[in-house]
Amino acid sequence: MAAMTGSAFAEAGADLKLVGVQKRFPGFTAIENLDLTIPAGSFFALLGPSGCGKTTTLRLVAGLEEVSAGRILIGGKDVTATKAYQRPVNTVFQSYALFPHLSILENVAFGLRRRKMTDALTRAHEALNLVELDHLSARKPAQLSGGQQQRVALARAVVNRPALLLLDEPLGALDLKLRRQMQLELKSIQGEVGLTFLHVTHDQEEAMTMADTVAVMNKGRIEQMGAPAILYELPRTAFVANFLGQSNLFSGLVAGETSNSIAVDIAGSRIVVPKSRAQRHGGEVTIGVRPEKLILTRTAPNANSALNSLGPGRITDVSFSGVSTQFSVEIPSVGAVVVFAQNLQASPMASVGDAVWVSWNVEHGFGLEDDERSAARFSADESTAMIAAHRKDALLAELEDS
Amino acid sequence: MSTQEAAALATAGNAVETPAGSGRGRKRDSNFGGWILPVYTAVALLFLLIPIAYTFVFSFNRSLKSNISWRGFTFDNWTGVCKAQGVCEAVGNSLLVGVIATFLATVLGTMIALALVRYRFRFRSAISLLLFLPMATPEVVLGAGLAAEFLTAGVQKGLVTIILAHTMFCISFVVVTVKARVASLDPALEEAGRDLYGSPGQVFWRITFPLLVPGIVSAALLSFSLSFDDFIITNFNSGAETTFPKFVYIAAARGIPAEANVVASAVFVLALVVVIVSQVSAAARRRRLAAT
Ligand SMILES: Nc1ncnc2c1ncn2[C@@H]1O[C@H](COP(=O)(O)OP(=O)(O)OP(=O)(O)O)[C@@H](O)[C@H]1O
Ligand SMILES: [Mg+2]
Repeated sequence: MAAMTGSAFAEAGADLKLVGVQKRFPGFTAIENLDLTIPAGSFFALLGPSGCGKTTTLRLVAGLEEVSAGRILIGGKDVTATKAYQRPVNTVFQSYALFPHLSILENVAFGLRRRKMTDALTRAHEALNLVELDHLSARKPAQLSGGQQQRVALARAVVNRPALLLLDEPLGALDLKLRRQMQLELKSIQGEVGLTFLHVTHDQEEAMTMADTVAVMNKGRIEQMGAPAILYELPRTAFVANFLGQSNLFSGLVAGETSNSIAVDIAGSRIVVPKSRAQRHGGEVTIGVRPEKLILTRTAPNANSALNSLGPGRITDVSFSGVSTQFSVEIPSVGAVVVFAQNLQASPMASVGDAVWVSWNVEHGFGLEDDERSAARFSADESTAMIAAHRKDALLAELEDS
Repeated sequence: MSTQEAAALATAGNAVETPAGSGRGRKRDSNFGGWILPVYTAVALLFLLIPIAYTFVFSFNRSLKSNISWRGFTFDNWTGVCKAQGVCEAVGNSLLVGVIATFLATVLGTMIALALVRYRFRFRSAISLLLFLPMATPEVVLGAGLAAEFLTAGVQKGLVTIILAHTMFCISFVVVTVKARVASLDPALEEAGRDLYGSPGQVFWRITFPLLVPGIVSAALLSFSLSFDDFIITNFNSGAETTFPKFVYIAAARGIPAEANVVASAVFVLALVVVIVSQVSAAARRRRLAAT
């Protein structure tokens, strides 16, 4: 403890390891068997729908909650049995949790004072400068706006330069411009000292742009983790496919197989997926493709071994969103397919009621590991609603900016 | 007398609000809202304030043995309060008992309140319920019961027994007051304190305690005024010792000395000053903060 709390700032980030961690609340298992390794100095994002256990995971790491089973290691040291104040970890709380009776400056200096830093106030001022709030340092938290409070919470944790910083949706209350700015600020703080950041967020875009590694969590389990681009390109489950961006998913039986691809029968059409991009190669499988990878044509595409196509269907909805246009196409016995088309030419494209075909490069499809039941088309849980909400917020903010 | 005064202040507060707040009554019968209510309010206030005014005025009476009829104005009672036999001893006892009992009740009551809100243990709800008993039991019963208990235990009656008795009934009020404050405390604040390297002791003294202070202070003030005020329970358990209320009660038989009025008036003025100062300083603090 003395070594951790008595010493100055962390020289570098520490790695975090969760081994078989489980957390049961009375009558509810919030986390079941979580294994997770976060390398030192990385920016790790934990992404998932509301109530999936993100905050609980952070609280376990911070020591504010005891694990029911499993071990937690920080920098190779087993901290499972240590208390929160003994762990070299700081948290930016989802609810800010600023001390209402202390000034902003004293709030930020709190951790430094507990560790008997001599220049606590100087460093607190520096941290407040970083979040552009030094001019308000004499105020009490109740006299700040929500976004300002959030920045103070950030400063209060970052000022300690912990080996591991836990961020529980630290930018949720900020407007788009400020959020971008704080994201850059966070990235630079993290890079500068090489601290390890564990960042929890609802915002997939934030996770994708900031993190080295993204883990998608669902119902107390990590569904998939990896570099953002890989997660987006090759989602393994329907949940990930729909939580990170949007996907068109189809289910069907594998009807044929070559040495490096499988062919799936989707409502009578043969859809080819490379074996390297498919999790399962036989039986009933679910395959998918991203809406922006689809090509919309008014005539049936030429038979082409490099192209999958479905159709004809009818356009049921067209919505123009500046950079791209979103089409909904209803294909008989396949269902609704979403297509994003870049607005490259000004030419009027298809409109509602038109008969169209959709096609995509074989290389762009992916096969999921779920069986058809769990992958019911567009698992319409809160995640998609949430993404829609975020999209809408972003759009409104953009409209306001312009 | 502090409770009387609090009641008077509370009534005054209500009275000020009532005429403006009775918009519905005014519409139906403008006369009612127009003058009956203010007159009624004035009468009620007068009724409540006259005894206090009387006490205050007669503290300046050039009294002889009794202090019933007005004989002329003097400051002698104020300058020489302790000349009357027993007044200052009684006040001194009341202050001593009040301070010690308040301290004990506040410390114990705060600890009980924290335990009741924070921890789950057997008989927790039973204890919460039982703590209301001293408030609900008639004071005569409580006083007589305690007296009997002290007798059986063979404890000599005196200041110690008074302090014990007062501590006992004050604890309930402290627990109820502080418990509400503890329950409204956001647990995330203490968690943040722990997360920021605060040991359990540091978290308590730097976060929990400062946040509970308003509740603890009002509990202490309430305890002190209850203790200073108490006559019935004290009378049963004081033996030969005299507190101020007991002194006034005994003196009433042959005429209360004007010095008692002085003490009563002083307490009233002190309470008023405390209230005014705290209000003014709070307003000043708000202004100062708004300026930054
Ligand atoms: N103290 C508790 N007792 C019982 N259940 C709890 C407790 N704390 C959390 N839970 C449950 O555990 C689950 C995970 O909660 P958690 O706070 O980790 O969600 P989250 O992923 O952070 O959600 P959000 O994005 O909304 O913040 C939830 O279903 C919640 O109801
Ligand atoms: Mg959460």
